[in-house]
Amino acid sequence: MSALLELFVTFAKIGVMTFGGGYAMLPMLQREVVENKKWTCEEELLNYFAVGQCTPGIIAVNTATFIGYKQKGIPGAIAATVGVVFPSLVIIIIISAFLDTFSELEYIQKAFTGIRAVVAALVISAVIKFFKSGVKDLTGLVIFILAFIISGILGISSVYVVIGAIAAGLIAGALRKGELE
Amino acid sequence: MTYLLLFYEFFKTGLFAIGGGMATLPFIYDISSRYPDWFTVEDISNMIAVSEATPGPLGINMASYAGFNTAGVFGSLAATFGEVLPSLICIIIIAHYMKKFEESRLVKRAFYGLRPAVAGLIAAAAYQILQSSVITLSRFYVTGKILDIVDIKSLIICAAVLVLLNIKKLSKIHPIIYILGGAVLGIFIF
Repeated sequence: MSALLELFVTFAKIGVMTFGGGYAMLPMLQREVVENKKWTCEEELLNYFAVGQCTPGIIAVNTATFIGYKQKGIPGAIAATVGVVFPSLVIIIIISAFLDTFSELEYIQKAFTGIRAVVAALVISAVIKFFKSGVKDLTGLVIFILAFIISGILGISSVYVVIGAIAAGLIAGALRKGELE
Repeated sequence: MTYLLLFYEFFKTGLFAIGGGMATLPFIYDISSRYPDWFTVEDISNMIAVSEATPGPLGINMASYAGFNTAGVFGSLAATFGEVLPSLICIIIIAHYMKKFEESRLVKRAFYGLRPAVAGLIAAAAYQILQSSVITLSRFYVTGKILDIVDIKSLIICAAVLVLLNIKKLSKIHPIIYILGGAVLGIFIF
């Protein structure tokens, strides 16, 4: 099997077996990429994962791109990325087509009313997690509240919040030289 | 044209959403407020549920679902490709300069500001989601009854799941279980 095809297949397999993404993917990655394929070691995988978290985009995709690139350069990066995305795309298209047809049914609508309440809880618990790891001091709390108001109450695009927050971080860092590092 | 717009909007999402699938949520809300005919706030809640309950990374599932809802199979491809492309470009560049990136003072400073902002943005998305299920202000404005501010049944489900999610012993339970539970309960009580 050519190396690119192998990257594609391995990451497609990881994509199928992951539910939810992010940290849920780590055990699959460890088994396939570290133990089976020996493309990287545990420590390096965690490094890729850390970088994947703090770069734009979806962590699963970022990690796949990273490993693919390290294996076979840019073609490898593309093969691994397409691999991790492919199963999702197919499965979601089938399910959405199904839901499109049946969403008018009364009991499907009732089911989704129940589901929406669960989703609200899932997202709130994600907020708690992000808050705990992200808000460390008063400046952080101010940025958190401002981001909430600008996006949630004023309805201004999150893009400006991200750009503003990066600027705020750079300015705060410059003002208190060395303290953050 | 819709395909191109979808690609562009999800490219922006992929570029500015930092912190994984959940972090794309505020951007998907941005999109729905600017293109109300693409998908609604309720659609987004359903999208999250389906994305959590099917294989594959959350962010990819949400982009595929949103794209399909808007413009069918090719819409799905356009949105997903748009969301993935910034990752591909950024990671290839960073993989090349890995050491410098990890040690960069500027990157650390940028993240000092970025992390709390991402938490705030996801909180804003949570607020929107609450308004599509637990908080029913729009009904309260019509009826004026205090009890209509929240939907009691939804509130109970939401609070119960939130408690279960924060019990350490139960942290291994996958969200799918709660979603299925919510579906079954929903059919019987609503």
